[in-house]
Parts: sequence; C-alpha cells; structure tokens
Amino acid sequence: MSRQEKQRLVLGLAFVSPWLVGLAVFQIYPIIASLYFSLCDYSVLETPTFIGLANYADLLGDEVFWQALYNTLFYAAFALPLGLVVSFATALLLNTGVRFMAVYRTIYFLPSLVPAVASALIWLWLLNGKYGVINEGLLHLGIEGPGWLSEPAWTKPSLILMSLWGVGHAVVIYLAGLQDVPKQLYEAAELDGAGWWGKLWHVTIPLMSPVILFNLIMGLIGSLQMFALPYIMMPGGQPARSAYFYAVYLYDNALPYLKMGYASAMAWILFLLTLGLTLLALRLARGRVYYEGG
Amino acid sequence: MRFTHPLARLVVHLILIAGALLCLLPLAWMIVTSLKPIEETMTSPPTWVPSAWQWRNYYDAVIYRADVLGYIPFLRYFRNTLYLIVMTLPGVLISCSLAAYGLARLRWRGREVVFGLTLATLMIPFPVTMVPLYVLFRELEWIGTFRPLWVGAWFGGAFNIFLLRQFFLTIPEELSDAARVDGANEWQVFARIILPLAKPALAVVALFHVMAVWNDFMGPLIYLQDQSQFTLALGLQAYQSQHGGSEWNMLMAASTIMVAPVIVLFFFTQRTFIQGIAATGLKG
Repeated sequence: MSRQEKQRLVLGLAFVSPWLVGLAVFQIYPIIASLYFSLCDYSVLETPTFIGLANYADLLGDEVFWQALYNTLFYAAFALPLGLVVSFATALLLNTGVRFMAVYRTIYFLPSLVPAVASALIWLWLLNGKYGVINEGLLHLGIEGPGWLSEPAWTKPSLILMSLWGVGHAVVIYLAGLQDVPKQLYEAAELDGAGWWGKLWHVTIPLMSPVILFNLIMGLIGSLQMFALPYIMMPGGQPARSAYFYAVYLYDNALPYLKMGYASAMAWILFLLTLGLTLLALRLARGRVYYEGG
Repeated sequence: MRFTHPLARLVVHLILIAGALLCLLPLAWMIVTSLKPIEETMTSPPTWVPSAWQWRNYYDAVIYRADVLGYIPFLRYFRNTLYLIVMTLPGVLISCSLAAYGLARLRWRGREVVFGLTLATLMIPFPVTMVPLYVLFRELEWIGTFRPLWVGAWFGGAFNIFLLRQFFLTIPEELSDAARVDGANEWQVFARIILPLAKPALAVVALFHVMAVWNDFMGPLIYLQDQSQFTLALGLQAYQSQHGGSEWNMLMAASTIMVAPVIVLFFFTQRTFIQGIAATGLKG
C-alpha cells in the first residue's frame, strides 16, 4: 500500500468506525453466538452445554412449533396478496387525476401511523364479542358476526383484516411509483390501440414490478416476524393457539421460559426460512420483473 | 391514466370515500369511546354521540393516583419515552451520517466489503440477534435499565446508513473538490458542505427514528422490568393486560393520547414523511 492509500484507509475507517463497532457488537457477534447457543442447552443462569442438533430435533417433534409456523405462514399467505391488491388498486384510483387526491392520500395513510399497541387496543374494542361495534353493525345488516377473537377459526382472519387497515403505507409508495411512469408510454400504447386494461397490463404493471417485488419481500420479512399485535391481542395465542405466531413462541421460549438454546434454534430456522423464501421470490420473479436499463 | 367520463369519475370518488370512511371509522370510534361514561360503552345499540362528554377520562388517564386502581402513570411513561428519543436521536444522526459519508464519498480499500456487510445485515431477522444481545446486556447488568435501548443507537444502523448513502451519492463531487482546493479537510467537507445539503434526508431519518422509538414495543418489553421505567407503548399494554377489557373508555382515552402526537407530527411534516416513504419504498 502506498502512503496515500494508507491515508485514505485510515480516513475511511475513521468515518465508518462507530458503525464498524456496531456491526461487530450488535450484528456479527450475536449471529455467531446465536448459532452456537442453538447447539446448546442454555438457560442464561448456567453456562451453555453443547448438545449438538438436539434443539433442532426437538423442534421437529414440537407440535406448538409447527402450529406457530403454520399460523404465521397462513397469515402471510393471505395478508400479503390481499394487501398488494388493495393498496395497488387504491393507488391506481388515486392516480386517475381525481380531485382531492392529496386529501385522500393523507386519510389512507393515517392508520399506518397508529402505533401497534394503540392499534391492538382499538381493534380489541372494535372486534369485542359482546360490545364490539363491528358485530353491532353486522347485526343491522342481518348478519350475526362471529367471535372474532374468541373462535379459533376467526383469529387469523381478524389479523388479516386488520393488516388491510394499515395498507396506506404501501399506497403512498405505489402512488409515487405510478406518478413516475412516463406519459409517452401510455400515449404509445394508445396508438397501438390499448384500452385501460391493456395499458395496465402492458405498461403500468411491468414498470411497477420492481417496486411490487421489493415491497412484497419486505412485507414477507415483516410478516414472518409479526409480534406486537398477536402478543397483545391474543395472549398465549389463544384461543386454542390459533393465533400463536412464530415470533411470539420464540419470545416465550427465550424470556419467560429461559430456554435460550431452543429459542436460538427457532431464530436460526426463521433466518433460513426468510432467506429461502426471499431467494425463491427473486427466482420466481426472474424474467417477470422489468428493470429499466437492463 | 385518467378517466374523463363524469360517471366514471363519480364512481372513483364513491369508492375512495368508502375507503376513507373505513380508514377513519376505527379512529373516530376510539375518540367517541374515550369521551363516554363507562356505562355507556356497554349499551346496545352503541351510541355515536356520548350522552355526556366525559373529558375527565383524559384527566384520569394522565394523572396517576396510586390509591385508585386503573389509572395510568402516563406522564411518567411519556417522560421515559421522551428520554429515549433524546438519548438516541443525536446518536443515530451522527453515527449513520458518518458511516454513510465514509461509504459514499471516500475511496478506501475494504469499502465495498463493509458496504456489502451493511446490506447483508438488513436481511437478519431481529429474533436472531435477540437472545445473544439479551445475554450480553445481562452480563453487563444493564437489564432493567434504559441502556440497552439507547446505547446501540450511537453505533449506526444499516437501514439509515443505506438511505443516507444513497442521498450523499447524488451530491456532485465538484462541491467537495472545490472545498478541498480551498484547504478544507475531510471533516470540514463533511460537516460544512455535505451535511447542510443532506438536511432533507436527515429529516427523514430523524422522523422515522422518532416514530420507531415511540412505537417500539418489543425492545422495552425485553429490557425493562420496573413499571416506573415503562415507555408509553409498554405502559399502555401493561395497563390493558392488568385491567383486562373492562374500562374501555379509559383505554381509548389512553390510546388517543398515544396516537394524537404522531398524527400532529405527521401533519407538520407531511411532505418529508410522504417523500421519505416513497423514497424508501421505491429502492427496489
């Protein structure tokens, strides 16, 4: 290394140094430690004892683990596509040159500002089986509403419905993307005889596909780590563990039960699952997603 | 794509209004309930206008009286939350902008490796680092203190670094070169040229960070033990789980108090907010 190169290196490292410490202490060390703990019997109170893959083997036979995994994937499988369709459709409507667009956008965005804890309390109250205003409203329409929070079959649908209340965030993103679509492309499509649907399928969606993919992947990562809402609204995942989410079961193993090794094994499975599903999404999208300039 | 037919435009408005109502009704119901006497929260059919506007609920929710069960030490929780914001915000802005500067505007060996690692950490789910960090903070005897919730903020974060780096890259290199020719050292270029130009991006980072601290539930749940240290989010949940679903007027008053500052903040910073979200969401 020349003198100048050395100087540059020192300067670069100086600027990045707080982050290098953060990277080492708050990211790299915990990942390695987590992998090690996942191979140990570890209660925090005593030193970890190495037990090989026993935690992973136990997980495979743990009914609650499978239930929590199923609940989480079930939620993601419905909440993500529904959220995509609702938010994209809303953004399309807002992008039709409609008056008061900014007012609508603000209103749609408001629910996604509500802190998770407040959101949980609001919906506990709205969905309350006895005095909940949603079932009262349904009764007016001659429908007897279900026990949203008390019947095992309805807890996950309740959370999926709630997730739609918070799609405003995605609406803002899609709307910004739609406003960037060059007008000439629509004009060219019109010259080729494309109608509203034709333009949507052949211009809008291809151009928006990278944004959609990015937001689906972020949504997937978020859903797999869903914690606050089920933790607060359905303590212990009740009724019948129908709302026991992966991250909640992981947390319960770690802190209340102090099964740190077991929780770490769960964390690593979550990590690999996140990685695997993301790569799968990227793979499926290959050739279907349009990137400008290649 | 525009609709020109008046009927089509009317239909669009009708759909959008219906959607807007669905967005607003839960919040309206929260506010209405928060002003009702307790008996009236349980009437059937429910009333949309309280028979008596009980503003007292807010007073009762905020003022903690240990002798009366069911009141929330809200001022205390509020103070704790503000404390965490004050302790973390400068750290996030300083450490992330320094790192972003080093990754965007300095050329040094190993830079790409550090940047690659930074991006890779975006993929790591929080639960993976949760257990070892808990163990680490336990060794340091920091559990039950605020430290686990603010110390990390002074050592950067991948997402904010990435966001700021992208912004720094858009600033013309000539500006830095001109300052260097005038004898400015690297630190001066950073502090006097780049940072002032990066105000919009720093505002986005600051805003999202304040929101994240205000909303964070899992962090305080893991590290705080004594009720006197709880943040608003954790305090509200603790109150709900202790007193169950009975005093809905109180719970909704407390929720309103937690939601209102966020919405006020949003209205004052709407442009920054909307641009920030669009920018972070369009990164694909």
